[in-house]
Amino acid sequence: MIGGLFIYNHKGEVLISRVYRDDIGRNAVDAFRVNVIHARQQVRSPVTNIARTSFFHVKRSNIWLAVVTKQNVNAAMVFEFLYKMCDVMASYFGKISEENIKNNFVLIYELLDEILDFGYPQNSETGSLKTFITQQGIKGQTKEEQSQITSQVTGQIGWRREGIKYRRNELFLDVLESVNLLMSPQGQVLSAHVSGRVVMKSYLSGMPECKFGMNDKIIIDKAGKGGVTNEAGKSTSGKQSIAIDDCTFNQCVRLSKFDSERSISFIPPDGEYELMRYRTTKDIILPFRVIPLVREVGRTKLEVKVVIKSNFKPSLLAQKIEVRIPTPLNTSGVQVICMKGKAKYKASENAIVWKIKRMAGMKESQISAEIELLPTNDKKKWARPPISMNFEVPFAPSGLKVRYLKVFESKLNYSDHDVIKWVRYIGRSGIYETRC
Amino acid sequence: MPAVSKGDGMRGLAVFISDIRNCKSKEAEIKRINKELANIRSKFKGDKALDGYSKKKYVCKLLFIFLLGHDIDFGHMEAVNLLSSNKYTEKQIGYLFISVLVNSNSDLISLINNAIKNDLSSRNPTFMNLALHCIANVGSREMAEAFAAEVPRILVAGDTMDSVKQSAALCLLRLNRTSPDLVLMGEWTARVVHLLNDQHLGVVTAATSLITTLAQKSPEDFKTSVSLAVARLSRIVSSASTDLQDYTYYFVAAPWLSVKLLRLLQCYPPPEDGAIRGRLTECLETILNKAQEPPKSKKVQHSNAKNAVLFEAISLIIHHDSEPTLLVRACNQLGQFLQHRETNLRYLALESMCTLASSEFSHEAVKTHIETVINALKSERDVSVRQRAVDLLYAMCDRSNAKQIVAEMLSYLETADYSIREEIVLKVAILAEKYAVDYTWYVDTILNLIRFAGDYVSDEVWYRVIQIVINRDEVQGYAAKTVFEALQAPACHENLVKVGGYILGEFGNLIAGDSRSSPLVQFDLLHSKFHLCSVPTRALLLSAYIKFINLFPEVKGTIQEVLRSDSQLRNADVELQQRAVEYLRLSSIASTDILATVLEEMPPFPERESSILAKLKRKKGPGNLHPDLDENRKERSANGGTADHSSTTSNAKSSPLSFVGDLLAPASTAPSTKRPRPVSSSYLLQAPLTPIPPQASAVPVLLSAGPLFQVAASPTPSTDLLGLGSTITTQNSAPPASKGTSLLVDVFSENIAAFPVETPVAVGPVADENFSRFVCKNNGVLYENQLLQIGLKSEFRQNLGRMYVFFGNKTSTQFMNFAASVVCQDTLQTQLNVHAKPADPTVDGGAQLQQILNIECMSDFVDAPVLNIQFRYGGTLQNVAVKLPITLNKFFQPTEMTSQDFFQRWKQLGAPQQEVQKIFKAKHSMDTEVTKAKIMGFGAALLDGVDPNPSNFVGAGVIHTKTTQVGCLLRLEPNTHAQMYRLTLRTSRDTVSQRLCDLLSEQF
Repeated sequence: MIGGLFIYNHKGEVLISRVYRDDIGRNAVDAFRVNVIHARQQVRSPVTNIARTSFFHVKRSNIWLAVVTKQNVNAAMVFEFLYKMCDVMASYFGKISEENIKNNFVLIYELLDEILDFGYPQNSETGSLKTFITQQGIKGQTKEEQSQITSQVTGQIGWRREGIKYRRNELFLDVLESVNLLMSPQGQVLSAHVSGRVVMKSYLSGMPECKFGMNDKIIIDKAGKGGVTNEAGKSTSGKQSIAIDDCTFNQCVRLSKFDSERSISFIPPDGEYELMRYRTTKDIILPFRVIPLVREVGRTKLEVKVVIKSNFKPSLLAQKIEVRIPTPLNTSGVQVICMKGKAKYKASENAIVWKIKRMAGMKESQISAEIELLPTNDKKKWARPPISMNFEVPFAPSGLKVRYLKVFESKLNYSDHDVIKWVRYIGRSGIYETRC
Repeated sequence: MPAVSKGDGMRGLAVFISDIRNCKSKEAEIKRINKELANIRSKFKGDKALDGYSKKKYVCKLLFIFLLGHDIDFGHMEAVNLLSSNKYTEKQIGYLFISVLVNSNSDLISLINNAIKNDLSSRNPTFMNLALHCIANVGSREMAEAFAAEVPRILVAGDTMDSVKQSAALCLLRLNRTSPDLVLMGEWTARVVHLLNDQHLGVVTAATSLITTLAQKSPEDFKTSVSLAVARLSRIVSSASTDLQDYTYYFVAAPWLSVKLLRLLQCYPPPEDGAIRGRLTECLETILNKAQEPPKSKKVQHSNAKNAVLFEAISLIIHHDSEPTLLVRACNQLGQFLQHRETNLRYLALESMCTLASSEFSHEAVKTHIETVINALKSERDVSVRQRAVDLLYAMCDRSNAKQIVAEMLSYLETADYSIREEIVLKVAILAEKYAVDYTWYVDTILNLIRFAGDYVSDEVWYRVIQIVINRDEVQGYAAKTVFEALQAPACHENLVKVGGYILGEFGNLIAGDSRSSPLVQFDLLHSKFHLCSVPTRALLLSAYIKFINLFPEVKGTIQEVLRSDSQLRNADVELQQRAVEYLRLSSIASTDILATVLEEMPPFPERESSILAKLKRKKGPGNLHPDLDENRKERSANGGTADHSSTTSNAKSSPLSFVGDLLAPASTAPSTKRPRPVSSSYLLQAPLTPIPPQASAVPVLLSAGPLFQVAASPTPSTDLLGLGSTITTQNSAPPASKGTSLLVDVFSENIAAFPVETPVAVGPVADENFSRFVCKNNGVLYENQLLQIGLKSEFRQNLGRMYVFFGNKTSTQFMNFAASVVCQDTLQTQLNVHAKPADPTVDGGAQLQQILNIECMSDFVDAPVLNIQFRYGGTLQNVAVKLPITLNKFFQPTEMTSQDFFQRWKQLGAPQQEVQKIFKAKHSMDTEVTKAKIMGFGAALLDGVDPNPSNFVGAGVIHTKTTQVGCLLRLEPNTHAQMYRLTLRTSRDTVSQRLCDLLSEQF
C-alpha cells in the first residue's frame, strides 16, 4: 500500500516522482524535502511522519529514496522493497548516483511500473525483470517469445525462465557475515551479534533442484536422531553446530519443506541472488580484542594507548584493519607512535585513524598517542565515545559451515558431480566498538 | 572610517568560506569545519605568539563557523586580545566577535569592560564608536551597570565628535530600553535637549529618537524640547531641498528627522505659547501644502518619503485635535489618498480617517467621503483595506447616515471575507440598535443579518432583538409578521428559527387574524423546521408550541398530537423529553385560566445596563444603601410631621412599615428598598412576643414613631443602623429574617416598658458565638461582656427540659430594671414551649441572679430561641440578645442495640430523603477519644463493634418530642489521611436528619 515513491538528489531536487495512489498530493514531495532533507538537525529516524503521512527513506551515497504513504503499512516491507529497488537499479546501471539516475529515468519509471502495482510490490527479481525490461529496447520479439515471457512471469516459478543452457555448470556460494560488538573497557562483552547472508551465483542449465545444508543445530539434531552413527563425534566437537536465532529465505526456497524437514531446497534463480539471511548471538568468535588505556594528564594533555589482539587461527590473515580512536573536541595537537601500520590524526573527523593492511591470527599490536588539549571556557566533560574498529577476516565469526549443496537436474544430463562449486567465507566488522 | 587595505583581505578566510560553499553535503561541511577548528586550536595553543593579522583571521573564521550554527567554546581570549590592538580592522573584528558571541555571564566580562573603558576614554573617534556600538549591541544589564553613567557624559561633552555623539545617543537609547532603571536622569538631560539645535543633522536625528523615548518616561524633564523641535521642524520644512545636502532624500528634506520630530511632538499637548503654536501650525500647513505640489520625481522613494512625513504630520494634527482647519485639510488630503493607486496609501488613509472621525471638528469632513469609502468596501481587492473601510464606516456612522451605512454593510456582508464577517455582524448589530429611530427598521436589519450571515450572529445579538421586541409594543405585530415571512424561506438559519419560535410563541396572535398566517399555518411552519434544528432550538420550539396552545386553543389537538409522538415523549435528550412530557400534561390537565396564567406573555425585560456599569454597582455593596436611606428619610420626615397629628391615616401607617422593610432590606440583600413589601408587614404581625394584639400594637408604634425617626435621622445612629445591616449580612449563620424581628422586638418591648428614650440605644446583634459549644454539653458560660456574664446549667429528659440561667453582674453597681425574656420566632413558637419564671428586677454589684426556664419540645425544630436581656446600668439602657442553646439533639434518648439490629434498622431507613450525608473537613485534630465524647455528648448511644471498620463511629438514639418519637442512626467515618469526615444520618424524618447532621458536623 505504498502511496508513492520519490527520488531526490542531495539538494532535495526531485529526480523521480511516481505516485501510485490519489491520497498522495503534490505537496508531499515538498514536505519531505523541507522536513527531512533540509532539516537543520539531521533526521536520524528513517521513518518520518508529517501531517499524517509517513515517509520512509533510505540514502544511497547522495541520493534519497523516499516512500510515501498515508496508510498503516508494514514498515519492514517498505524498507525491504526499497533495498530491493536499490539492488534492481544497481544491477541495471551500476552505482546509484544523480548522474546515472538522470541518464536512466525512462528505465526507472519502467521499472517502477513493473515492481509496484497500485502500491503493492510485485516481482522484483532482477533476472526475470531483465527478460522484459531491457536497456537496449526490445528487439523484435516473436509472438512465442512474448507469450513465453508472459507465461513465465505469471507462472509458478516466476524467478527463473526455462531453457537456460550453460556449457560449464558452476555455482558460487559466499557466506558474508558482519559481526557487531560492544565491549566494556575491562573486556566484558556488553552485546554481540552476527548478521549473515548466504549469497549465491548460479550458472546452471535447465531447471535444477538444489539442496543446501549447513551446521544449524536443529537440522543436525534432526539428522542425528535419524542416523545414530555420528552422534558421539558431533557432540564432542561442540562447536560443530551453531544456533541460528532467526533467518529469512529467498522466495525460491520451499518454505513448506523447511518447516516440515528443516531442509533448504529450491530451484535457484539464474545469476546472483541472496539465498538466505540469518542472525546469531551465541558462541560468536570475536576476531579482535581491543584493549584501551586512556590517561588524563592535567587539563591540557591526554595519553592514549590501544592494544589490539587477533584471536583466530595463525594461518589466517585479517585484512583492511582500521582502528578509530576518537579525540576530544578541544584537541590542539596529536603525536602518535605505532609499531605496525600507519596512524594519523584526522582533524576533520575528530579521531586518530590507525590502519593495518594485514594481520595474522594470534598476534598483537599497539599504538600510543599523546593528545594536547586547549583549555576551554565551558566545563563540559568529554563524553569519551567508544573506539571502533573495521576489519575483514576469511572465516565466519558465527561458526557457520556449509555442509553440502547438492544439485539435481533430472531432465538434463548432468549430475551433482559435474557442477563446479565454490564456497567462500568472509567475516566483516559491523559496529565493532570498545568503550574506553 | 579607514579604508580596508589590501593586506587585510584575509585570503585564508575567503578560501575557507568558498570551501564550505562548495561542500556537496552536510557531512562534507562538518568535516571541513572540524578540520578548520582543529587547525585554529593548534594555532591558539599558545606555543608561539600569533600576530594580530592571523589572530584576526582565525577569530573571523570562528565567528563564521558560529554563524553557521556550530558551537564555539574557545577563542574568546584571543578576541579580547584583539580589543587592545591599535589597528581598526583588528579591533573591529574583536568587537564583532564579542557582540555576537560573549554572553553576559562570561568570566571575561571584566576584561571586556576594561577594554571598552579604555576605548571610550581614548580620543580616537572610531575607537569610541566601536566601543559604543559594542555596548549597544550587547546591551546586557552588566553593560548598563558599567556604562550607564559614562555614556551620557560622552553624549553631552563639548569636545565630542559628531559621529561619536550620534553613536552615544543611540547607545543610550538602547540601554534605556533594556534597563530603564539604570539610566538615571541628571543634569545631562537638559543638555541632551539642546542637541536638537546641533549643527549636525545626524546627531539631531539620533538625539530625537532618544528624547522621544525619554520624554515618554518623564515628560516634565523634556518639556523644553517642544519649542526646539518646532524650531527645527520649521527650519527643515521651509528649507529648499538642496540646503540639507546629504540629508535630502529624493528631493525630500530630512524625512526621517521630520518624522521623528513629529513623533516627539506627539508626546506633548499642543504648545501653549502662541508663537510656537503658530509656527507649528505653519509647519503643518506647509507639509500639507507640499503634498499638493506635483511630485519632483517619479521614483517611489520620493513619494514614500513625502507621504511618511505627511502621515506623521496628520497623526500629530489628530493628536492635538485643536485646529479645525488643519483637521479638515488633513481629512481632505486623506480623501485624495482614498482613491490612490497605492494600496498602502489607501490603507493608511482609511486608518487615519478612523481616528479623524472621532474628532468633533473633522467628523463632518470625514462624512463627505462616505461614497468613496463604500466604494472601497465594494471594489477593494485587498482584504485588510476592506477591513479598514468597515472600521471607518463604523466610526463615521451617526443618526443621519446610519440607514445608508447599515444597508451598505449588510449588502457587503453577503460577499465579505469570512475572516471579518463576525466583526461586521457585531458592528451592524450595534449600529442598528444605537441609531434606530424606528424599530421596524431595526427588526428588519437584524433579521437580514441573520439571513445573510447566520453563522456569525452570536447569541447576544438575537437575545437583544427579542428583548427589544418584547419591550416595545409597537413593533410586536410587525416583528411577528416579518419573522413569519422570513421563515417561509425553504432554508432558514437556526438563529432565525430561534427568533421566529420565540416571537411567534409570544405574539403569534397578533397576526393570526390573517388567513395566510392562521395559527395552524404558523405552527406548521415552525414545525417544518423542527427536525433540522439542534437540541436547544428544539427545546425553544417546544416552549413555543405550549404557548400556541394558550394563544390558540383551536390548534391544541394538533400540538398535543405532536407532543405525544414517540420522537418527543421518548426523545433521547432528557431536556426535550421532559419538556414534551410536562407540556403535554400541562395542556391536558390545566384549565384555560391556569394555562393563561402560566403561559402569560413575558414581562418586559429590565433595560439592560452596560456590563461594566452593572459590575460597578455590584461592587459597591452596602454603600448604595445611602441614596435609598436618604429618600426614605425624606419621606419619613414628611410623614413624621403628620404622624403625630393624624395617627390613623393609612399614609402614616405605611411609613413605619416601610421603615421596617428598610431595616430588613440590608439583611436580606434585597435590591430595592423603596417599596414597602408585604413580607415585612407580615413579619411585624407575626412577631411572637408582642403581648398586645396587632391592632393595639399599632398605637405604641405610631406613638414612638416620632422619636424613632429622629434617631434615624441624626447622623450617628444612622451609621449605626448601617453598621447593623452590615453585621447582619456578614453573619449568615442564622436566617436574617429572625434577626430583623429580634431587633423589632427590642424596639417594641422598650416602648411597652415605656422608658423615655433619652439616649441612643446601644443595640447589639444576637450573640451566638458560644452556641455551637453547647451542642454537645449542657453546662458552661454562654455569654460574657464587660458587664454581664451568663452561665447555663441544663438538664433534659425525653421531651422536657429545665435550664438554669445565671446572670452574673461583673460590675460593682446595681443593674436596674433587669428583665430577661425568651423569644421563639415564627414557626418555632409551635414547636417549642419555653416558659421563663419571673426573676428579680435588680441585680446587685458582684451578685448573681438565677432564672429557671422550663422547656417542652412539641415537635422537631430548627431554629433556636433567643434570650433578650435588658437592664439599666449607670443610667444607660443595655440590651443583650443571646441565642439559647436549645437544640434538637437535647431531646435525644440513647438506645443500645446490637450490630444486627443496627444494620437491620439502617436498611429500613433506606429511603433517599431519610438519609443525609455530609463530607467535611476536620476543624480540630482527629482524636478518637474526643470524637467519642462528642458523640455521647450529642446524646446518641455510641455503639462499639458494630461497624466492621473499627475507626468508624456508630451511634443510635431516639428524639423525643411531644407528638412523635424519631429514631436516629448515625455513622461517622473519619479519614485521617485527608483530614476529612463523612457523616451519615438516617432518621425516620428528613427534617430531623438534616438538622442533626448540620448540628453534629459543626462539632468536628
